[in-house]
Amino acid sequence: MRVMAQVAMVMNLDKCIGCHTCSVTCKQTWTNREGTEYVWFNNVETKPGIGYPKRYEDQERWRGGWVLDRRGKLKLRGGGRVRRLLSLFANPDLPSLDDYYEPITYDYDTLLNAPASEHTPVIRPKSALTGEDTAITWGANWEDDLGGAAEHAPGDPNLAAMTEKVKFEYERTFMFHLPRICEHCLNPACVSACPSGAMYKREEDGIVLVDQDRCRGWRMCVSACPYKKVYANHVTGKAEKCTFCFPRIEAGQPTVCAETCVGRLRYIGLVLYDADAVTAAVSVPDPADLLEAQRAVFLDPHDPAVAAAALEDGVPADWLEAARRSPVHKLISEYRIALPLHPEYRTAPMVWYIPPLSPVLDAVSTSEGDANDPDDVFHAIRDLRIPIEYLASLFTAGDTEVVAGVLMKLASMRGYMRARTVDGTVADDLLAATGMSAAQMEAMYRLLAIAKYDERYVIPAAHREDAAALAAQGAGCSLDVEGGPGMGGEDFHVLPTDNRIRLPLHVADAKEARR
Amino acid sequence: MNTLLWVVLPYAALTVFAVGHAWRWRVDQFGWTTRTTQLLEHRWLRWGSPLFHLGVFAAIAGHALGLLVPKSWTEVIGVSEGLYHAVSVGAGTAAAVMLVVGLGLLLARRFVNGRVRRTTTPTDKLLFAVLTVVIALGVTATVGENLIGAGYDYRETISVWFRGLFRLQPDPVLMADVPLVFQLHALSAFALFAIWPFTRLVHVWSAPIAYLWRPYVVYRRRATPGRPR
Ligand code: SF4
Ligand code: SF4
Repeated sequence: MRVMAQVAMVMNLDKCIGCHTCSVTCKQTWTNREGTEYVWFNNVETKPGIGYPKRYEDQERWRGGWVLDRRGKLKLRGGGRVRRLLSLFANPDLPSLDDYYEPITYDYDTLLNAPASEHTPVIRPKSALTGEDTAITWGANWEDDLGGAAEHAPGDPNLAAMTEKVKFEYERTFMFHLPRICEHCLNPACVSACPSGAMYKREEDGIVLVDQDRCRGWRMCVSACPYKKVYANHVTGKAEKCTFCFPRIEAGQPTVCAETCVGRLRYIGLVLYDADAVTAAVSVPDPADLLEAQRAVFLDPHDPAVAAAALEDGVPADWLEAARRSPVHKLISEYRIALPLHPEYRTAPMVWYIPPLSPVLDAVSTSEGDANDPDDVFHAIRDLRIPIEYLASLFTAGDTEVVAGVLMKLASMRGYMRARTVDGTVADDLLAATGMSAAQMEAMYRLLAIAKYDERYVIPAAHREDAAALAAQGAGCSLDVEGGPGMGGEDFHVLPTDNRIRLPLHVADAKEARR
Repeated sequence: MNTLLWVVLPYAALTVFAVGHAWRWRVDQFGWTTRTTQLLEHRWLRWGSPLFHLGVFAAIAGHALGLLVPKSWTEVIGVSEGLYHAVSVGAGTAAAVMLVVGLGLLLARRFVNGRVRRTTTPTDKLLFAVLTVVIALGVTATVGENLIGAGYDYRETISVWFRGLFRLQPDPVLMADVPLVFQLHALSAFALFAIWPFTRLVHVWSAPIAYLWRPYVVYRRRATPGRPR
């Protein structure tokens, strides 16, 4: 056993209102630069829908993530080492910019400089890449709230496995929002596909980063990530990705997307896992067993043997304490209501989701049931194939039983709390059905519904053993370099004060060329 | 004049090449990249880039054979002049076709595709221009002189002079009567060496061979001041 700590996230999808605050604050923080116009480290998709980039979940096409070869060994779906090197000159699995969208800006000068005229002047959309007139035909969030769903959503790869056809008429469909960031996987396909060894997983907290100084622009990570969460910066020629806001995490603060989330639905905390068990867990043959196998990799921080091993393996004592209080640990391992996104990609993703009950409740209401009556809801969960199969395709590699079980728990919690607060009774049958104690049920309710700030985020600050050296850094911030926030090998506030200068020859050139 | 062209210029170019690389490596890791534009345009690149790169590999192998291996060595192992000529012209022509088609496609997308055109920097333009000249002259020499024309045995002159550069006793006289295309090809190649470290060509030195044997997942510790990494 080798104990490692991972900063992980859980999102409670029932609460996401699709406001995109997270995406916008993230973009303002990390990707509001030339070269990353089309990049959204955090994006929010409407499901069903084909997502961003288009149909990224279709791994037959994009060949991201891992598969088992004939001998049952893990290999990158995009091909082994030799094949990767042979596709350096042209990567057949790389999405093109049109699979994301053409970023645009507007010709604002027209508004300011237009002469007086009878009609109000209008501004035209211009391609942010070429500066030429362009028509806006797609975007990172084109399908917002099922807009255009009748036309596009049938292309959602998750619908392929469903036994009943989903109808996209207004009264008969269902939808929810799916916010996505990089999963900071335990078995990251991006890191494994990087020929330069520029990508790495941090030993201390598991955050996956791109060393901007070592990246050589081979763009293998972009295609290897099944979630398409590494992006090519077309100005610097380097890969960039979600950083889990590591400067904030190191200071004990939540990520920007989580901090600003209007629905307060994101949870951040530590999980402890056995690093030696990861490969075996993601190699189990039946995809339906992957969820359980991945759960089994997590260790219980309350177990004295685990605690002793953790200290031995260099996990600091205060981190161990934080792992015990971690909301993520509770939601995944104790209440078992959080599920990974597409475990069948075999990357062991570390952003998990509490599946939404709302599509079921909507269905109960439209079929004239009572969404507040647990029995009606239970029946619906048992009988509805849509949307249960759909959720199973997202979160459990198709196992509807697991999804139904989680939804039952959520429905029971509603029923239990309703009985307690409205009728003043204790619904023992619901406790028995979920196998939870009254105290557990109420604690889960508190975590999900009250969701206090310091219960949602239990983030131990990083250990900086040498504070003097930190102070010696002065006020300089290496995030200020041209072309990119410092996702370098050195973390930004501990950049050694050597006298290397950054000389982005090409960036300067590119600027020049644009003038 | 001969000394200037065939001694001073080559050494100057090679010095810039070496010093330039050392300097760039030290100060500009962030700019050291292929600067791929596949994201912006992939249809032309899909054919152009592999063709060009394979053509370059073939050309490099051919040059290594023709320039570095003395004629006496191949004669010792029984390769006649006729056989050598046939092989070099045959393989050279194949490489030339790949290079011309590949570079043509890559150049065309730089002009035709607005997105790629806008990201093309002045350095890129210089690089493309020099590359085109070097390749055009090389192809003319191989196809024009040696395939269609009478043929020229560069191994008696150019190769000897070239090896002399590395033995620090280059003989400029050897180059004096070499046909003009070969002379210009050699000079333009040294121009390419001189601009190399300042262009995206530096990505050549980062060919990620080590990927073949390193473990898949890379772990690194967070940098902490005062602790060596
Ligand atoms: S989700 Fe993140 S860590 Fe996982 S493969 Fe993609 S980029 Fe890598
Ligand atoms: S800010 Fe929160 S509620 Fe709004 S879209 Fe993002 S995750 Fe959903």
